[in-house]
Amino acid sequence: MSESISSESICLIIGASHAGVNAAFALRKEGWTGSIQLYDADPLLPYHRPPLSKAYLSGGDEIEKHLLKSAQSYEKEQIDLHLGAKVSAIDPKEKKITLANGRSQVYDKLVMATGARAFIPPIPGIEKTTHLFTMRTAEDSIQIRKALDQHEQKRVLIIGGGYIGLETAASLRKLGAEVTVLEREERLLARVTAPELSQFFQALHQSNEVQILTGKNVVAAKTTPSHTEIICADGSRYIADIIVVGVGIRVNTELAAEADLVIENGIRVDSAARTSDQDIYAIGDCTLHYNPHYKRFIRLECVQNAVDQAKIAAAAICGKEATYDSIPWFWSDQYDVKLQITGLSTGYQEALVRKEEGEAVRFSIWYFREDELLAVDAINHARAYMLGMKFLKTGQKIDKTKLLDPKVELKPANILQQ
Amino acid sequence: MAKITFITKDQETIVAEADSGSVMELAVAHNVKGIDADCGGVCSCATCHVHVAADYMDKLEAAGEIEKDMLEFADNASDFSRLSCQMKITEAMDGMVLNVAN
Repeated sequence: MSESISSESICLIIGASHAGVNAAFALRKEGWTGSIQLYDADPLLPYHRPPLSKAYLSGGDEIEKHLLKSAQSYEKEQIDLHLGAKVSAIDPKEKKITLANGRSQVYDKLVMATGARAFIPPIPGIEKTTHLFTMRTAEDSIQIRKALDQHEQKRVLIIGGGYIGLETAASLRKLGAEVTVLEREERLLARVTAPELSQFFQALHQSNEVQILTGKNVVAAKTTPSHTEIICADGSRYIADIIVVGVGIRVNTELAAEADLVIENGIRVDSAARTSDQDIYAIGDCTLHYNPHYKRFIRLECVQNAVDQAKIAAAAICGKEATYDSIPWFWSDQYDVKLQITGLSTGYQEALVRKEEGEAVRFSIWYFREDELLAVDAINHARAYMLGMKFLKTGQKIDKTKLLDPKVELKPANILQQ
Repeated sequence: MAKITFITKDQETIVAEADSGSVMELAVAHNVKGIDADCGGVCSCATCHVHVAADYMDKLEAAGEIEKDMLEFADNASDFSRLSCQMKITEAMDGMVLNVAN
């Protein structure tokens, strides 16, 4: 950690979304006086991605309303933005990157915030489907809105009943579309939540006249000039004008792989977000990193991890001690319901549903492995979310009987073990 | 038009003006340190937390239930805490001083 930062030093960041942009600003905060250059293939001024399937899709907002930072902020902090600039290669020996336009740029430190891309499953016929969309970029959201405007019937099929699919369903329903969600598993959000929450979201969407169909494995797509027909393994067929695929992502690891960085389900980084090359860091969705709370390596697609790893990497690059030690958090807004999640429920043995007296749409699910709290899902219940995060941080043990009693007010003194 | 003063944790003072949008959006536009606004303004993260000068507390629209709950257990919370993403800019805010909480 004896390296000195000079105003001649150059830090390049590949990817200008939540992770990359936060890293750039955090570098300045930590005292990086050299050049900071941010590269992204997306031509737009960096924006928040979570609203793309929510307010940006349904509200008709301009992207300016969802910018991560104002244009002046980059100028003020002397962060050079290279937008619409795709990086095609990294040469770790020469310490330089090459852009798709042939230009190259040397670096002292490199940060990879390459993120992930939407995955389109290899369904026969899907490649010929004209109105097929994913939900990852502002352009995706704009194109879905445009397609909706072009179709009078607005029949939308969403393949995948995960958060992206469900948020998109809620937003398109608001825009007057006739929406059907096809989920391969037997329930929505099967891999990420307890059955109680799956049932809640299924009922919520059904009450908003979205058709939710589970156990639907899509096996073929047939496109005619006017519409597309989706065929499922059970023989059922669905007609749509617009298809949105939300079945997961593929991590953008190609640049890292060609640069011979260690990759295991993401770019492997240490607790300071450093890759197997000491001058290359990786942050955000594209990393496989160790989470000390859960004592395992994980890859996380969320704002929290993007921001926290960005700060860690920036501190480490500036020669400071930095160790990633975060409790993950997420959120999802659908209709007028806010879901907030803290922690990771994977591997839970028990999911306790805490109801609140007289309130049907305000509850929380507390996930435990024996008496260890793993995560909390809170529906319209920021208090449960904040308390859950607090208890996860402190490791305090919860009295499950009191937690489950709606007559016991949700307060630390009431529900912690004495 | 409302002129609002932000004072950051490291005592930087930033004066900004707007007639619409949220206080958080104004802070982000002026790169106010400590207003991270990680969730983009949907009351999900508490990273836009400010302390409102006492004489302006009653000029603000009351906090909603989710905001109150977020603040109750937030770091550095006080009786003057608000989440700036939930503060819609109004004329009544003209002259208001906000201390960034984190």
